[in-house]
Formats: sequence, structure tokens, C-alpha cells
Amino acid sequence: MADDAGRLEPGGGEQRGGDVERSVLPPVRRPTELERLADWFDGRTGFGRYARMALRKVFPDHWTFLLGEVALFCFVILLATGVFMTFFYTPDSRPTTYHGPYAPLAGAQVSAAFESVMRLSFEVRAGLLMRQIHHWTALVFLGSIGVHLARVFFTGAFRRPRDINWLIGVTLLLLALAEGFTGYSLPDDLLSGTGLRIAYSAALSIPFIGPWLASLIFGGEFPTLELISRLFVFHVMLLPGLLIGAIGTHLLIVYVQTHTQYKSRATREDNVVGLPFWPGQVFRSVGLLFLTAAVIALIAGLIQINPVWLYGPFIPYAVSSPAQPDWYVGWLEGLLRLGLPFEPTILGVTIPSPFIPGIVIPGILFTILLLWPFIEARATGDHAEHHLLDWPWESPIRTATGAAGIALFLVITLAGGNDVIGVFLNVPVETLTAILRVLFVVLPVATWLLIYWLASSQRRRRAAGADTSHIRAGGVAIRRTATGGFEEIDAIEGDAD
Amino acid sequence: MNDRTTERPERMRRSAPGDRQEPDPPPLAIPENPMAERIVGAAFVAALLAGFGLLGVYLLGGQTQVEAILLTICLGGIGAGIIVWSQALLPNRIVSETRHPLRSEPDEEGGVLAAPAITRRTMLIRLMAAAFAGLGAALAIPVFSLGPAPGRDLFVTPWRSGLRLVDDQGAVVHRDQIPMGGLLTVFPDGSPGSADGQTLLINVGAGLLQVAPDRLSWAPEGFVAYSKVCTHAGCPVGLYRASLHSLICPCHQSTFDVLRGAVPTGGPAVRPLPQLPIKLQSDGTFVALGDFTEPVGPSFWNIHSGG
Ligand code: FES
Repeated sequence: MADDAGRLEPGGGEQRGGDVERSVLPPVRRPTELERLADWFDGRTGFGRYARMALRKVFPDHWTFLLGEVALFCFVILLATGVFMTFFYTPDSRPTTYHGPYAPLAGAQVSAAFESVMRLSFEVRAGLLMRQIHHWTALVFLGSIGVHLARVFFTGAFRRPRDINWLIGVTLLLLALAEGFTGYSLPDDLLSGTGLRIAYSAALSIPFIGPWLASLIFGGEFPTLELISRLFVFHVMLLPGLLIGAIGTHLLIVYVQTHTQYKSRATREDNVVGLPFWPGQVFRSVGLLFLTAAVIALIAGLIQINPVWLYGPFIPYAVSSPAQPDWYVGWLEGLLRLGLPFEPTILGVTIPSPFIPGIVIPGILFTILLLWPFIEARATGDHAEHHLLDWPWESPIRTATGAAGIALFLVITLAGGNDVIGVFLNVPVETLTAILRVLFVVLPVATWLLIYWLASSQRRRRAAGADTSHIRAGGVAIRRTATGGFEEIDAIEGDAD
Repeated sequence: MNDRTTERPERMRRSAPGDRQEPDPPPLAIPENPMAERIVGAAFVAALLAGFGLLGVYLLGGQTQVEAILLTICLGGIGAGIIVWSQALLPNRIVSETRHPLRSEPDEEGGVLAAPAITRRTMLIRLMAAAFAGLGAALAIPVFSLGPAPGRDLFVTPWRSGLRLVDDQGAVVHRDQIPMGGLLTVFPDGSPGSADGQTLLINVGAGLLQVAPDRLSWAPEGFVAYSKVCTHAGCPVGLYRASLHSLICPCHQSTFDVLRGAVPTGGPAVRPLPQLPIKLQSDGTFVALGDFTEPVGPSFWNIHSGG
């Protein structure tokens, strides 16, 4: 890690003298092409001083900080493959006859949208690969957002001043869910049509405003001819625009606030310890981008996803069973399946059965998630700034609550697949649903109690004997000095006990 | 954070009025102007009323011109109110500020890019560039999916030997439909409305054409057929001046002489409109003797060598 190669002899700047001759070019070596280009740009914009600050930004050296990066890279892949597919996709519900090479559907009445997806899948070179990469990446995108969120939650990284970025992050999750759902619906196949039908009914179930809201969103009573073109505008314009804006803000705030860091001997609340962005971290990140893309390409090329030709075109009076949505929508579907047959009419106002499981409970869950930093600050009375991360055992209540949330998510996601599980276990779906209804209440509570007990006993044990195992032995850390340079932190060296 | 204060002292001072190095600027005087206040208020009220008026018009069924006027008053009231506010009621003081050199200060570590750590490994840099070149080559697959190979598409039209000449509705064309000096847009049977097959059938009268003898046989009894696609930039050549026997393209005024094989006599077009070989049948209808012998429409790089 000795960085001598990166240092040049000081003092070269004086020999050149003269304000006009000032340049960011290194004084001793002959500048490389890249440096000359940077200098050309700097002489016209003064961009160098900002680039220097950005390139020296300190990155934490811990793998858990890469989870958010994976989500970012997935977004990049989604944009690239999405643009490609836009060239071939027809956002049109109008009926047409299928004449493509896929024999089983020959002569079938399909929508123009479905027909264009079939053409993309069977007749465009690399079309199926792009589609499958896009779909698989969407799954990984939502997954990496979820794991990143869990890391931020369980380490308390959302505390002030980063509560603002938590708000943006949860918004990003919502946007990503909407983006996934709208994209999933665009092929206009039987499965996605069913999903839209349910979404329409959920919107319709809201008391007082439901019929108006559903009509405004879907352009009339389901299914409408406007639906596909509307979803298309949402999927390729509005939602990506919002996502790009929110991601940019998210990153800008990370940049301005600097990263959090795990507790160690070198880290304090008032310093930032890690590796500078350039060059090492840039190399690592670009490498990670390509590895992410490589893994997704492998999965997408080998494992079929969303074979719309097997589902067939959307027909309002047909449904496929078992009907499975993408994993990140399964919990919403599961809530509807667990919902009780309860539809009271109070003073002439009917509360439709899907309202509570489909709208109220997701609304409550997301509100708690969104407001968690403020709920926790209110409960603990801790409104101070935090830059050092907690280990999960250091805050048993938070950790237990997060674990209970994960347990709840698992139960309702399982409920979303109760038909598949029922067939697999040879258990009637009704029995399974009854069991899952019980688990819906019992499992989160049991998880909460168990994790709380584990975390508190761990905390007690740690408090008894100070633990230093998390400090790497023999590592070299660099600290950014007040003048913008770097110095090694000696405290870490030879710390092996 | 520290270098910000050393790098941009001027700007820091300006944005922090309480800075010790400069005396506090005098407190800004807020202009008094009751008249302007009334004007601003009136503009905002007009906007409010127009906005609700617009809602009313919409509920009553809508009327485009009234809607436009009310929308103009609503938007204009807001805009005018804010402008008058800024001009008459805000403190407007001209300030002068030093212009700083754009170029960044030299770096004590030599270069923004900390390049030596990377540039020392010349071989690896080249190999990395090669790897990216490989990726670029792989990305050619999706790029080439965007459209078919041009192939011979540009060199052929739907015209084939024996195809009858029909109009844009697909009805067979008869010689009686075209009086002397008249013309009709015709298509090959089976492709009415074809973009590259569109052809002008002109009755110039026998004996007037001055084209090569073989081409003369393509124009029976003074009925001559030329491609309607302009050889300049592809517009349909839509105007015919019968007295001058010239076809004129409305897009950039290229003019083609019908009597002399549709050679361009004016405007930016260079190539003549290709002539379609046709035959007049005994029943007064026409058939094509083949496709055009040269590409129709605008030129492209291998138009003369690729055929
Ligand atoms: S296209 Fe006919 S003159 Fe330009």
C-alpha cells in the first residue's frame, strides 16, 4: 500500500513562476494525454479544484458499503437495456393477429404491445437476452435496495444528520417498486394483466375517492385501451426521471455529509477514515459494476424469466394458475390473500374487502419505515448527530424491530405464494392460509422477543469485556489532514493482541 | 473543508456579510411605493379571479378562446405582479465583484489525477483499453439489431414486368383518364400507395419526346412514366407546368424537363427522375415492362457502384 509512486518532488511549481503559466499539470513528468485533456478542461471551467475535492473523497473500507453501489449499478444496467428495448416495444393495446415464428400462438389475437414483445424475444438479435437481463436486473435492483436498507437500518446509519437521506432512500424504494410493477405489466401478457386487474381493484377499494382515483389512473373502467400507453409513459419517462433525480440527490447528500463508519480505534465522531475515491475506490467501483453486470448476464442468459409466450396474451376472462408476481410484489399479493372476508357497510359506505390488506396495511408499514428515524429519536430522546455506526447488539430494540419486520415480510411473501407452496407440500390452500394468518401475528412477535433477548445478552457480554476483534490488525489507515493532504494513522499499526 | 476558505476567500466574504475583514454593509433600504403595491395586488387578484373563471368555463362545457383568454390573464397576472414587485418593491443595488482566474491552483501532489500510480503500468492500461474495445465489439450485436442490413432495398421498387398500372385506390388506369397535357400518380398493381413505387404517368402527346430511341419505346403514344420521388431529397414531385412540360418539386424547387427524359433544369437535383418502361395494351390499360433501371429517390454513396 506504500504510495510513493504517486508522489512527485515538491517545489516544481516555483520554477515555472508567473501567474499565466499556472497549471494543474505536474511539474516534473511529461504530462499524459489524460492530464493534458484535464488541463484543457480546467483552464476553461476551473473544474479542477472541485474534481480534486471529489476525487479525494474518503470512502469507507468495508464491504457493506458496496450494497448501495450494487443498486446504483443495477439502475445503470436497467437504463441501458431499457433504452434498447424501447426501440422495439409498441405501447399499444389495440388487437392484432400474431404471425411470428412462435408456432403455438400462430393466428392468435394479441395486442400490439404483446406482439412487439414477442418480436423482440424471437426475431430481434440479442432481444431475448436484453429482455431477460432487464428483468433479472430489476429483481436484483430491488433486492440490493432491500439489503442496503437493512444495513443502514441495523447499524443506525439513518440517525441525524442522515435522516434526510433515509427519507430519500425510502422514496427511492417506493419509486423502484412502482417502476418494477409498471414494467412487469408492459408485455400485456395474461399474468401481468391479472396483476393490473388486482391493482385496479385495490385503487377502487378506497372509500369515497376509489372509483374516481381508479378511473383517473387507468383512464376508465378496467381494462382500457389507454392503459398500456399510460403505463409506458410512467415506466420509461416519469418514474425514471424521478429515480434519476432522487438518486442524484441521495448521492449528493452522501457526498456532502460524508460516510458513516464502523467503530474502531482510528474512527471518531469527528473524523472520516477510509480510502480516497481516486484512484483505488474508482477502480474498485468500476470493477464492481462490471462484476455485477457479469453475474446478471450469466443468470439472465441461462435462466428463463417471464416467458410471456407461455402465459399467452391478456384476455380479460382468462387467468393463469398458479399466478406468481415478481418477488418484490409478492408481499402485497400475500396481504390480499391473508385478508379476512370482511366488508362492512357503515352508514351506506362500504369498506371493500381489499381496502385494509391492500391499501391500509401497506400504507401503515411504509409510514413506519419512512418515519423510523424520527420515531426512534423521539423514543430514545437522542437527537444528536451520529457518524459512528452502531453494531446491531448495541440497540436491541431497533434490531428486534427490524428483525420482526423481516419476519413479517417473509410471512406475507410466503402467503403470496400459498398456492405454489400448497401444491408443493400437498396441503390444502385453506389450511395453509389459516396457518399463515396465525404466523402473521405470532412470528413477528416471537422474532422480536428472541432477537431482543439475543441482542441484550450480547450487549451485556460485550460491556463486561471490551472487545477489539473488529479492528484489523496491521492495517494502514490514511487520514485526511486539515490542509487537504493525507497522513498515515499510526494507532492502528501492530494492533494485534 | 479547509481548502475552501483558502481557495475562495472573495466569495466567502461576499456570502458572509458579517465577516470581520470588511465593515458591515449598510442595511438595505426597502423601497416605499404604495402605488406599486396596489398594482401588484390587483394583478394577483385578477389572476385569482381568472383562475376560478377558467374552472367555471370548464364546468360549463368549455370554450377554447375564452379558456385561452382567462388562462392568459391568470398566468399574466402572476407574472406581471412578480415583475412589478421585483422592479419597484425590492432593493435593487448594483454590486461589483472581482473576476477570478478560472484555472485551478497547482496541486502540491502533482496533478489532479494522481496519475503516476496508474500510468506507471503502461502495459496494463493498454490491455484494459483492449478489454473495453472487446466489450465495444460485443455491444455491436444489440446495435445491429436496430435495423436490417440495407441490402438491395434502395435499388429496387415494387415494379415488375407485367404489373398493371393502378391508381392510389388500386383501380386499373385507362388511357382515357389522362387527357393531353394531363398526368396521374400511378402505382404497381398490388402496391397502391407505395412510397418508392410512386410514379407519374404523363400524357405529353406523341412526337414531342426527345429521348434516346430505346427509351422512346418505353413511352407509347406519348404516355411517359417517371418516378415521382425527387432525386434531390426524396419529396414527391408534385407540380406540373404543362405549358413548359416541366415537373417542379415543391420542397427545394428542383425542375425536371419532361420532354428530355426528366433531366434537372433547375434547383439542387442532379440526377434525372428515372423513367419507368411501360407498354400500352390494346384495351387502353398499361403494364410495366420491368422495374426502374436505376435507383429512385435521393443519392447515396454507392448508388452508381452498388447496383
Ligand atoms: S427534394 Fe425535391 S428539390 Fe429537394
